[in-house]
Amino acid sequence: MTDTPHLEGAHADPEDLASASRQTSVYVYEVPVRIWHWVNALAIVVLCLSGYFIGSPPPSMQIAEATHQFVFGYIRFAHFAAGWILAIGFLGRIYWAIFGNHHARQLFYFPFWNGAYWKEVIHEVKWYLFLTREPKKYVGHNPLAQLAMFFFITLGVSFMIVTGLALYAEGLGTDSGLYALFGWVFTLFGHNPHIVHTLHHLGMWWIVIFMIVHIYVAIREDIMSRQSIVSTMISGHRTFKDDRPQ
Amino acid sequence: MSQIETFYDVMRRQGITRRSFMKYCSLTAAALGLSPAMVPKIAEAMETKPRTPVIWVHGLECTCCSESFIRSAHPLAKDVVLSMISLDYDDTLMAAAGHAAEAAFEDTIQKYKGNYILAVEGNPPLNEDGMFCITGGKPFVEKLRHAAKDAKAVISWGACASYGCVQAAKPNPTQATPVHKVITDKPIIKVPGCPPIAEVMTGVITYMLTFDRLPELDRQGRPAMFYGQRIHDKCYRRPHFDAGQFVEQWDDENARKGYCLYKMGCKGPTTYNACSTIRWNEGTSFPIQSGHGCIGCSEDGFWDQGSFYDRVTDLTQFGVEANADKVGMAAAGVVGAGVAAHAAITALKAAQKKTQSSKEEA
Repeated sequence: MTDTPHLEGAHADPEDLASASRQTSVYVYEVPVRIWHWVNALAIVVLCLSGYFIGSPPPSMQIAEATHQFVFGYIRFAHFAAGWILAIGFLGRIYWAIFGNHHARQLFYFPFWNGAYWKEVIHEVKWYLFLTREPKKYVGHNPLAQLAMFFFITLGVSFMIVTGLALYAEGLGTDSGLYALFGWVFTLFGHNPHIVHTLHHLGMWWIVIFMIVHIYVAIREDIMSRQSIVSTMISGHRTFKDDRPQ
Repeated sequence: MSQIETFYDVMRRQGITRRSFMKYCSLTAAALGLSPAMVPKIAEAMETKPRTPVIWVHGLECTCCSESFIRSAHPLAKDVVLSMISLDYDDTLMAAAGHAAEAAFEDTIQKYKGNYILAVEGNPPLNEDGMFCITGGKPFVEKLRHAAKDAKAVISWGACASYGCVQAAKPNPTQATPVHKVITDKPIIKVPGCPPIAEVMTGVITYMLTFDRLPELDRQGRPAMFYGQRIHDKCYRRPHFDAGQFVEQWDDENARKGYCLYKMGCKGPTTYNACSTIRWNEGTSFPIQSGHGCIGCSEDGFWDQGSFYDRVTDLTQFGVEANADKVGMAAAGVVGAGVAAHAAITALKAAQKKTQSSKEEA
């Protein structure tokens, strides 16, 4: 064990110095993934708030003559702008899944046919049910998280983007290029656009449920597990709190 | 095929001057959204083409389509019925009845095999071998199939023929079925609405007779010229929508001021029709103008889309009255409570572990 000079004089006991001198981090989330995560998070917050108000508008306001007042218009603008950022960001994320490191691909699949994977999922479920005393170490998402990410984000956000662009295309007109691309959504869901509105609305709550669980679990695991969680999505590095394998 | 008069012949015979005839052609071109260059083409078609025979049959329906049709202001239904189309069979409008009417039906089919247009108002119920709707002593579905066999094209008038309307609403005991699900081998044009706008109905017929083809149809088979935009897109209350000024209650000040009816459940944003442009009763008004939201009568399954008076409508699938927000909030609430409980247990367990390990150390 060799003490690195810059640690001398720091507020550190020998144990800290021993730990700090070891390489205990893995670079997991590359820059594009991290930027996407936070942009996406912000877009989703804006989309949920503005989307809720589109379904249930705020009380009528009497600021000016209707011609000079654009309250609901701005709410809808915020929704559409954030929607485009979400959609294009998601495309960029798919691009990075192909060209980035292998951790970037984890969001888009889960090893359905792999028995060992499901065993790990069960282990994670037990950990959350307080049936296991100690969690395992994972470099990327844990197996349960991977499953949740796939259903809530990969499928959920895809559904919201497709139905959202279809509804947006209606505003552009049935002769628009976007309607030509997404008009099939209305055929798929029983021809009545009202059904698509309702499903898109339910989709919001699907994403809200994900947000609640995701934020709770990320903070909880940051405290309880044997590895870093929250800071990993800021720095990209996964650090571990102990040296034991597994 | 026997010689039938042209539209122009009939019009002249009825004392319509050439000048009036040309005016009519221009107005029709305008109504159909065609360029002025098309006026001579319409005139030529009407001068040279024999009138197209039409068979108009009635299934399970309320006859509101016919009521609307005969109130057309432009082109006058009189012109359409008497001059433009040769309405050879319509059991509601024709003078003949009983066996004479049925004979006329057969005659028209035989005489104009493959050349007539079949206009269907209402739809066939298929349960109990179609016994829920009998015309001329036979289930309507048989009559429909028989008439459609030799038709050139089929027009589905109204929500009934296009989508099923109220008789096809859940649970649909008679299994009322829209025309396009029964007749699958003919070109079908849907003109939905309950009823469709009179000028839309006559406009569609005018187009088909003038150009001898179906007008441009949208994804669902509706004429794009009339169903290409939503009520919302051309609503005169749209500025209040964008401003965020809504009617909050039926009797409030905002209702008197004519604010947007979105919060009162107006289905204008999800309904494709021409009500906000062509309007009703010779262009007098339309539902939103008279202070009531659009109920979306020209959309598929509009009876099954929950209340007419909610924006976020009930989800009947959940058995009890619940809308997307109630379901979502309940789910989010349960998850939120679960998360809080989980966090509490986690904290307790962690504290327990700490006391245990400090005891062990001690």
